[in-house]
Amino acid sequence: MGERIIELRDIKKSYGQVYALGGVNLSVDRGEVVGLIGDNGAGKSTLIKILSGVVKPTSGDILVRGKPVTGWSAARSRDAGIETVFQDRALAVQQTIVRNIFMGRELSGFLGWLKVNKEIEEASRLMREIGFTSKVFTPHSIVGQLSGGERQGVAIARAIYKQAELIILDEPTTALSLTETAKVFHFVRQVRASGRSILFIGHNIHHVFDIADRFVVLDRGKVALTADRSEVKSADDLINFMEEIAHPGGLPGLHETGGAEQRA
Amino acid sequence: MSKAMEPDLQTPLGRASGPTESGKQWSHPSDHWLRGFVLDNRAALGTLAVFIVMMAIFMIANPTVFTTWYLYSSVLTTLPVALFVVVPLVFVVTCGEIDLSFPATMGFASWAFAIVVQAGYDPFLGIAAALLTGTLLGFLVGSLVVYGGLSSLIATLGMNFLLRGLIQIINEGKSTALTSLADSSAYAIFSGQLWGIPVQIFWAIAFVVFSALLYNRHRFGAQVKVVGDNPDSAKQMGIDVQRVRVKVFVFTGIGAAIAGTFSVMINFTWWPTAGDGYLLPVLASVFVGGTPTWGGIGTVVGGAIGAVTVSFIQTGVVAAGLSGFYVQFFNGLIIILSLLGHKWNQARYR
Repeated sequence: MGERIIELRDIKKSYGQVYALGGVNLSVDRGEVVGLIGDNGAGKSTLIKILSGVVKPTSGDILVRGKPVTGWSAARSRDAGIETVFQDRALAVQQTIVRNIFMGRELSGFLGWLKVNKEIEEASRLMREIGFTSKVFTPHSIVGQLSGGERQGVAIARAIYKQAELIILDEPTTALSLTETAKVFHFVRQVRASGRSILFIGHNIHHVFDIADRFVVLDRGKVALTADRSEVKSADDLINFMEEIAHPGGLPGLHETGGAEQRA
Repeated sequence: MSKAMEPDLQTPLGRASGPTESGKQWSHPSDHWLRGFVLDNRAALGTLAVFIVMMAIFMIANPTVFTTWYLYSSVLTTLPVALFVVVPLVFVVTCGEIDLSFPATMGFASWAFAIVVQAGYDPFLGIAAALLTGTLLGFLVGSLVVYGGLSSLIATLGMNFLLRGLIQIINEGKSTALTSLADSSAYAIFSGQLWGIPVQIFWAIAFVVFSALLYNRHRFGAQVKVVGDNPDSAKQMGIDVQRVRVKVFVFTGIGAAIAGTFSVMINFTWWPTAGDGYLLPVLASVFVGGTPTWGGIGTVVGGAIGAVTVSFIQTGVVAAGLSGFYVQFFNGLIIILSLLGHKWNQARYR
């Protein structure tokens, strides 16, 4: 594997007394697709927010290309070549497609005046690249008029604009149709083929298994498993492993009738 | 999961509808310039329609009065003062905030102007002092709201009372006459006449044009809209949301300083109440102009037309031969009709 794009060392995050992350180590190398899996509440979202700079960790180190960073923030994360497609897509729905693609990264020249024509040109190119084939919409279309898949397209177009080295996709296939899901998968392969990296977060283990080179399973704020593609034979292996860590000693309830009364 | 449910991994992006469409896909009916212009400016054009209908009714009621220049000249003298605060308030409302402290900032900044001029310094220095005061007060109010995490509605209302109270305490209600202003070059430049037209209106128009560009063609305007639309998304995309919010309050402070200075120059006198009468008409102008209350979108030009509309209500009612008792009724009528019109005109996307 190539250069290490980003590395998290012993990242902890607590909200008051509650630990969302209790010492997580995670790294992504150039050109690899890492699949991050975990149950609800495992800490996936918190981990993504730390990587994208939206949330600051309570303790731990973040290393970008081997160098520790200070003053980590959303702007710093994007400057470091990390783009995130958030689960909520982070769009401003009353604004145009152009304004959303260049949100926080407006193309401006002298004294901050926008390069309007350049922005429209680039937006058109990006939307074509992402397969935005509907003829009804222009770069001036309001994002609120778009469907869920089309909004996802805008979020992805924004992420690929700056040739990011690492693209984080947080549950990118949730609430998407099968063709839209296929487009996202194709996009992931395109990015990997171009030598860049992806961190793919999904609750659908089949989806993650199909696409990732390496799997990281998160469980209750800790990394429970890191495995290369070659070490995992099938998606069922991963599912079994997750069931095992969720319910050690097999699924409860099958031969434990009356357990509820005993606990109460 | 059955095989049929598996996503089709082989379909490349953008080829689903065939390659022949790729060249044409961005041509859209709104590419026609007139339709695009109407779609982009529907709120401002709606406000303009309200204004034209209102003026038509006034003119039909009493055609002769509306041919006299004096009527327009008086509006053109006071309207610029309102424009200098209406326009920054469009930014504030777009950003999802409100600023009710601008009347006191007008009073405070013009007080600084009055002090400098009365002390015998050049009025240009007084303008600089007013601008500095307005900037600082805008920063103070903005920081209080943003970093203090206060509701801008209540906090700015409080600051309006507090600052006005300070002015009253220190001046004990006494005004300052600035007779030396009349001979100054600053007065000729900012408050004289050009071809018989009050020169203030040219400065105000320049300010509106500059601000409209700032709103639509500058990074600041783009970030104001995004922050007002969805502050969480803006933050996730690395925008310093708090800083953008403080900036819109600073912008209002600067606008209020200019407005306050202009109002003093019209009267050659600074009153401790300077700016007080502008609170409600200015707020009404912003919303009559088509900027919605929920943030994210707005129109600077619409706000300016809204200010023109509101300024003409009082003059128009009286000139049309109705008694002054009708003024408030018409103010309310125009506000309500405009809001209904904008609601029908603008869809809200969520």
